[in-house]
Amino acid sequence: MSQESRGAVRSKDDTVVLDIQGMRVIVRTDLGEGPVLVDDVSLTLKRGEVIGLIGESGAGKSTIGLASMGYTRRDCHIVGGAIVFGDKDIRAIGPDERRELRGPKIAYIAQSAAASFNPAHTLMEQVCEASIKHGVLSREAARAEAIGLFRQLDLPSPETIGSRYPHQVSGGQLQRVMAAMAMVAKPDMLIFDEPTTALDVTTQVECLAAFRKLIREHGTAALYITHDLAVVAQIADQIVVLRGGKMVEFGDSWQILLAPKEEYTRRLVSERVAGHDFVDANVAAEVPILAVDHVSADYPGKPKVIDDVSLAVRKGDTVAVVGESGSGKSTLARVVTGLLPRVEGDVRFHGASLPPRLKNRAKEQLRRVQMIYQMPDVALNPQHTLLETIGRPIAFYFNRSRQDVRARVAELLRQMDLPESFITRKTSELSGGQKQRVSIARALAAEPDLIICDEVTSALDQLVGEEILRLLKRLQDELGVAYLFITHDLGTVKRIANKVVVMLKGKVVASGDTAAVFSPPYHPYTELLLSSVPEMRPDWLDEVLAARAAGAATTSALLRAP
Amino acid sequence: MRILGHKVSLSAQIGIAIVLINLFVALFAPVISPFDQVTPLGDAWADPSAQHWLGLDDLGRDILSRLIYGARMSIGLALIITALSFLLGVVSGFAAAVAGGWVDQALSRLVDLLLSMPTLIFAFVVLSVLGSALPVLIFTIAILDSTKVFRLARSVAINIVSLEFVEAARLRGEGWWWIVTREVLPNAIPPLTAEFGLRFCFTFLFIAALSFLGLGVQPPAADWGSMVKDYRDMINFGSAAPLYPAAAIAILTIGVNFIVDWMLSIHSRGQGEGA
Repeated sequence: MSQESRGAVRSKDDTVVLDIQGMRVIVRTDLGEGPVLVDDVSLTLKRGEVIGLIGESGAGKSTIGLASMGYTRRDCHIVGGAIVFGDKDIRAIGPDERRELRGPKIAYIAQSAAASFNPAHTLMEQVCEASIKHGVLSREAARAEAIGLFRQLDLPSPETIGSRYPHQVSGGQLQRVMAAMAMVAKPDMLIFDEPTTALDVTTQVECLAAFRKLIREHGTAALYITHDLAVVAQIADQIVVLRGGKMVEFGDSWQILLAPKEEYTRRLVSERVAGHDFVDANVAAEVPILAVDHVSADYPGKPKVIDDVSLAVRKGDTVAVVGESGSGKSTLARVVTGLLPRVEGDVRFHGASLPPRLKNRAKEQLRRVQMIYQMPDVALNPQHTLLETIGRPIAFYFNRSRQDVRARVAELLRQMDLPESFITRKTSELSGGQKQRVSIARALAAEPDLIICDEVTSALDQLVGEEILRLLKRLQDELGVAYLFITHDLGTVKRIANKVVVMLKGKVVASGDTAAVFSPPYHPYTELLLSSVPEMRPDWLDEVLAARAAGAATTSALLRAP
Repeated sequence: MRILGHKVSLSAQIGIAIVLINLFVALFAPVISPFDQVTPLGDAWADPSAQHWLGLDDLGRDILSRLIYGARMSIGLALIITALSFLLGVVSGFAAAVAGGWVDQALSRLVDLLLSMPTLIFAFVVLSVLGSALPVLIFTIAILDSTKVFRLARSVAINIVSLEFVEAARLRGEGWWWIVTREVLPNAIPPLTAEFGLRFCFTFLFIAALSFLGLGVQPPAADWGSMVKDYRDMINFGSAAPLYPAAAIAILTIGVNFIVDWMLSIHSRGQGEGA
């Protein structure tokens, strides 16, 4: 593979598109000045070049992206530095002039395409709207341009897809249509704000490839915002690592990935690289804690969401259920907990059949299966204190006295590495990672045999998610609790699960020990999933695309297969 | 000025002052008012004097004293009715949201039925048939008002019930009473408080309207609505008598709305959008 086509998009000439010097953004409300969101950030973007902005939530990546269009969220203000786009200082020109730039000159691609499209208009209307409105293109020219872009972005039936409505195309397709919308007016700069974060891994690969092709062919400059280093490595020439609004490190993509200078970057890189070894299988007890036996379930009047699913969880096991969105993995959790009654098959707990419906289950049966959710923000009542949240299961299941409950809550907080003084805090006052620890403490307070973890790390920042996984692992070693771990993240699976169940369209396509499932010979879908996980090498995407072109499986092909 | 860590806007400060003054007057009416509200004290429509600051009314009663006692009647009634309508509406609305299924269907259709009839006409019919005794008045308006509270409480609760902490409580095996009072209610307080202020205004105006039409508070007790009705002809003779109770109604309504606006602005202020 030649150096030119390798990995990131190469810059074509030295025309500076965007020059940011010493940008500073703060929060300012009627109560006075708030925190500094972006502090002294400088970068220069040349024509045809892609700069990746990377960092955890709160790092200021999106704020920088928006500010480079001269836009800020409510109560945020750009208070310092120069933002020069082309030959115009965005901070100096008036709002009308800025509006003239946005759309025709600078375009923005948001994380959630579904939320960014108007469901009442066709895709074509929305794709062409801005350039027609700005008078850049005539209606016919815009349509022709859009169809050309649909084709470049590998969208199915490019001539007619524009007449569909947003809900009639898939999430990955919608994200690409949004890229087409941004490109119609041929802007000088694109801003990608986490455009693939909400997508499944297999879809993410397709979108990344389409975006890169688009940028290369049009020679557009781009800012690419993401929290995933492996993703940004595929597309960016240079990477800015941000933390708390400050630039931690700035350099060539290769250098950041292979030879990071700063400690923080090293940690980000190593977390993704580390832990690809499989977890040892635990000792197998005779009767599984949970046995799901040929279970099917559906929502009334709809086809089966899960179909003939079987799995077993033994003491000390971590069984991962993996699959893309719509694979039925969360429905499986609902069936096990009884929120959705099964229609066929049996769910046995310690050998005894569990009633299909939640309301028919005994308190003791409920106590022994606990659940941890994906979004800690909504999994905890924001009005309750930690004492109420964690103490309730103790009082509810074990009828302990007030002092005993308090002592036990304090003990659990210690176990979660949370300070005991938090006991009187409300859950809404905690950070995401702390909330997830409280969720775990609440589950453990019931002293369960099995904890169902539904995507517990996917709403958290990378480093925080790693800490939660380590905590779960430690608790398992100490308490012997078993986990049913629902996730789409194969990296997590490899690190903590000893058994894995791969689901596709409600059916189990592969299951067994993690090491066996994740080593050849693979089921074709497992192979597709594995190969779609971005790796920390700038040439990873090229290799995957080459392999795909050579005939490796794709999701659509697998779905069509009987 | 700050309340519970929130900056109080100027209009809210004015609103709070208006409401506090009105509440004070209503609570201490017998102490503050210079005269009795029903005793004739002189000639009908006597001009304002040092003794009777706002003059005397059609039966020679002191208008200022009637205004003060009227505050007690109007505000007290409106508070009782609003509280009752909230009790009914919130309990049934939460029950519909948490129970779902046929309970929700039955309650929602009943409310639709009540809402399909114009409130004022419906109140007319009930009050004409059953008479305008205070308990009848209170229950009629409270039940009519509770339909609107029901709709708000139900939609607020449905949003909360779909959140995972409620699911977590269900999985734990909690009963509906715990879910309603401990999980849903604390999170529904901000929108319900704002609604309480608005509903109080509507109730207050509704009583005034009913009294004006002769179906509300019955004589000789004073309330602002019936005072406007009793004195309205005097505007033709250059007397300001009907303007005093009308102004009192307007000022209190505006005051309460100022506070409600402020509470809504606190509530709608985002929690921050993340990076």
